[in-house]
Amino acid sequence: MLKVIAFNRLSQTAYLCLGLLALILLPWLVGFTGGNYWVRVLDFALLYIVLALGLNVVVGFAGLLDLGYIAFYALGAYSFALLASPHLPQQFESVAAVFPEGMHFSPWMVAVFSIILAALFGIILGLPTLQLRGDYLAIVTLGFGEIIRIFMNNLDRPLNLTNGPKGITAIDPIQFLGISFAKPLDLGFVQIPGLYLVFYLFLLLAIAVAIICTHLQNSRIGRAWVAIREDEIAAKAMGINTRNMKLLAFAIGASFAGVAGVLFSAFQGFVSPESFTLWESIVILAMVVLGGIGHIPGVILGAVVLAVFPEVLRAIVQPLQNVIFGHVLIDAEVIRQLIYGLALILIMLYRPGGIWQKSGTK
Amino acid sequence: MSDHLLLDVANVSKRFGGVQALDSVGLQVPYGSIVGLIGPNGAGKTTFFNVITGLYPADSGIFLFDGTSYFPESVSEVTKSGLARTFQNIRLFGEMTVLENVMVGCHCRSKTGVLGAIFRLPASKREEQSIREKSLELLAYVGLTEFANMQARNLSYGHQRRLEIARALATEPKLLALDEPAAGMNATEKLELRELLLRIRADGKTILLIEHDVSLVMGICDGLTVLDYGKVIASGKPADVRVHPEVIRAYLGQGAV
Amino acid sequence: MDIFLQQIINGLVLGSIYALIALGYTMVYGVLGIINFAHGEVLMIGAMVSLSLLRLMLDLTSGLPTWLILLIVLPFTMAVCAGVSYAIERIAYRPLRNAPRLAPLISAIGMSILLQTIAMMIWSRNPMTYPQLLPSSPIDVWGSGATITGKEIVIIVVALMVMSGLLFLVEKTKLGRAMRATAENTQIAALMGVNPNRVISITFMLGGALAGLAGVMIASNYGNVHFYMGFIPGLKAFTAAVLGGIGNLQGAMLGGLLLGLIESLGAGYIGELTGGVFGSNYQDIFAFLVLILVLVFRPTGLLGEKVSDRA
Repeated sequence: MLKVIAFNRLSQTAYLCLGLLALILLPWLVGFTGGNYWVRVLDFALLYIVLALGLNVVVGFAGLLDLGYIAFYALGAYSFALLASPHLPQQFESVAAVFPEGMHFSPWMVAVFSIILAALFGIILGLPTLQLRGDYLAIVTLGFGEIIRIFMNNLDRPLNLTNGPKGITAIDPIQFLGISFAKPLDLGFVQIPGLYLVFYLFLLLAIAVAIICTHLQNSRIGRAWVAIREDEIAAKAMGINTRNMKLLAFAIGASFAGVAGVLFSAFQGFVSPESFTLWESIVILAMVVLGGIGHIPGVILGAVVLAVFPEVLRAIVQPLQNVIFGHVLIDAEVIRQLIYGLALILIMLYRPGGIWQKSGTK
Repeated sequence: MSDHLLLDVANVSKRFGGVQALDSVGLQVPYGSIVGLIGPNGAGKTTFFNVITGLYPADSGIFLFDGTSYFPESVSEVTKSGLARTFQNIRLFGEMTVLENVMVGCHCRSKTGVLGAIFRLPASKREEQSIREKSLELLAYVGLTEFANMQARNLSYGHQRRLEIARALATEPKLLALDEPAAGMNATEKLELRELLLRIRADGKTILLIEHDVSLVMGICDGLTVLDYGKVIASGKPADVRVHPEVIRAYLGQGAV
Repeated sequence: MDIFLQQIINGLVLGSIYALIALGYTMVYGVLGIINFAHGEVLMIGAMVSLSLLRLMLDLTSGLPTWLILLIVLPFTMAVCAGVSYAIERIAYRPLRNAPRLAPLISAIGMSILLQTIAMMIWSRNPMTYPQLLPSSPIDVWGSGATITGKEIVIIVVALMVMSGLLFLVEKTKLGRAMRATAENTQIAALMGVNPNRVISITFMLGGALAGLAGVMIASNYGNVHFYMGFIPGLKAFTAAVLGGIGNLQGAMLGGLLLGLIESLGAGYIGELTGGVFGSNYQDIFAFLVLILVLVFRPTGLLGEKVSDRA
């Protein structure tokens, strides 16, 4: 008996090591076969994993449909954009005076700041709305997301805070211990391209977030969330302060998005309101739904599939149409939207537990 | 003398639109007793439960629990102060396992917060362990140990009712308010329930019971209050209440008492 | 005072359109207790379909008076929209009647995306111009400086006529009684011989037809259509329905008109009120603010929710 347990433990650790090794080698493999474009796709996929896990806390654990989730991502992204780019010093002489060398706040400081900011906004949004029924909550959060986007789009007058639809450019890249992730890292025996460094960083973040979510799920707090999701009245009867628990879910989910936003901003070097539309909120929702609402491994899978698949599609479908029809009949973007729409409907109709269901779900 | 009363409510009224669901209802539950709240269907018994636990706000009433006066506004606060209830239409957390349902009941008596949960601090791990142990004990107490890892929605009806009781007990209540715990049970299950309730009382808890099963109620209740059309029509020892003319009249259409 | 009357007129036009769309939301909420998230897309389909029909008619005929063309195109458009709305219910809602509450909502979101994508494929991803068939020259109103166009008058009048027709249908006909009964208590209505599924389908179809009409109005008023045009009006009309009291027909009409006025007056005066900090480009925010305020402070709306809480 002990031998079996020991063997299982051994094989588990072995699998874990193999898995980690595979992940470490992944960007090299992809970069070699597909080029930088595909490594970028992977980098974004990791960001989406963080976002999907964050939304999963709100939708999957506490059962609150937040259709304005992308707003928290926007808050994080714009925070860093404003604190680490030439925009504010250029617009306001008073700022330029305080920061003669420009604003170059470190992404880590801004990340901490945006965790607090996003959580705060999450609570502000949640306080008046958490007593609402599911569908009302969805629409109100949608409205909130739109309000944030409208502000981002219009706060370029009378004072130019966000540069409106043009967005903010020349944002500092990610820096860690003096190493800039925009340039390759020269280790002597190997040169690690910046994109690969970003991959490893985002991978660490995604793993950290996944672990945090798992710990929360298997705790007193996670149980309370599921109870609220299943039957809020019964949850109250258990002595659970449902309002505070829901606010907590909102705040935690928001803070994940805030951090992801900061990193996105630094990675892309440029932000504009177009990256933060309702469609993006729906994309993340689709990832959570596809993976199985509430099921952490499923959500990760859903995020990866929905982040990578449309790119694969784009690479195949357009040349294919050219070959068959001589020109592109249906744009890859349109196909992507079609798939998302169908996925949401079909999953709800035929496999509501997601493509990778939690064991025990019927 | 109300210092021997765990629950002492008076003048409780509640109106829904055109219907006076509760009309100056008063109820006393002495410590360590089993009190039954009976009456024909629609008399207002569940409404009464909903009011004293804060699910519906009362229009008026004086509420004394464990010597302290309270106005029932927040269901979770009422539970925390020691009044736990079960529901007429079973409200288990269907997706969770039987054990997890009971563990949720321990929520208000534990304190691990976000940081403790995320970082798995030693104190949190210890608390989680003790929640687990306590829940297993409660399952054993109600006789559901073998189903611990089964999904709650797959339990038989009678077992689900017992699970609800276990879950309510997990909140460490002083008063256990049960809404028709015997509904839908067969004779054997009812006997087992009877045993369970007596055991719960013997272990120092007080029980307030809504029930339709007359023999069960007559057998274990120390006191009865009878509700009809939102009003209390009789109150006292079971033997006395049974022969009360108002009570007989109220039940006449339902079959002889 | 100079822009006040103008904004009132604009508000009434806007409000009539919102009211038509809001009726669809409120009727569906009445019988099913859910928000039809995909409703906004129906109005977009209405605009698109009418665009195609109008282009067809304008190509095929010449010399036909414009009002006649509209009179022919409109019923077809409304019928198509009724069909689309019917399909939405059958595909996204009916199979999920007993599913957890989030499921039909997510499914409706998917439906919304699907409809937008279909519009992209059938028509175009880019905005298209809409033929102006109604008089758009401004008519001076009582010499006050405010103007109204023939088009706007038609919109208000037609909307009023249709709304009265609907009220008549609901209050005075057998079908209307069946709808009201189903909204009150579906099970009892079924016991009384009402076929709930049929009533629900008809409710969706009526709402869809109204949305289609609204879509044509919006397209006429702004002169263009695009696949995303249903989203914002849909959201605002939902706000209007909630403002008036969801489930309540008169509420939807009142809410629609009120919201239109609030939005117009707000957009007109916000520059003055905020000293130029916020301009009319923030117009869309008003609806969202109204929504949040109503849901927080008076969730039953102005005229009260007609449907009881399904606790």
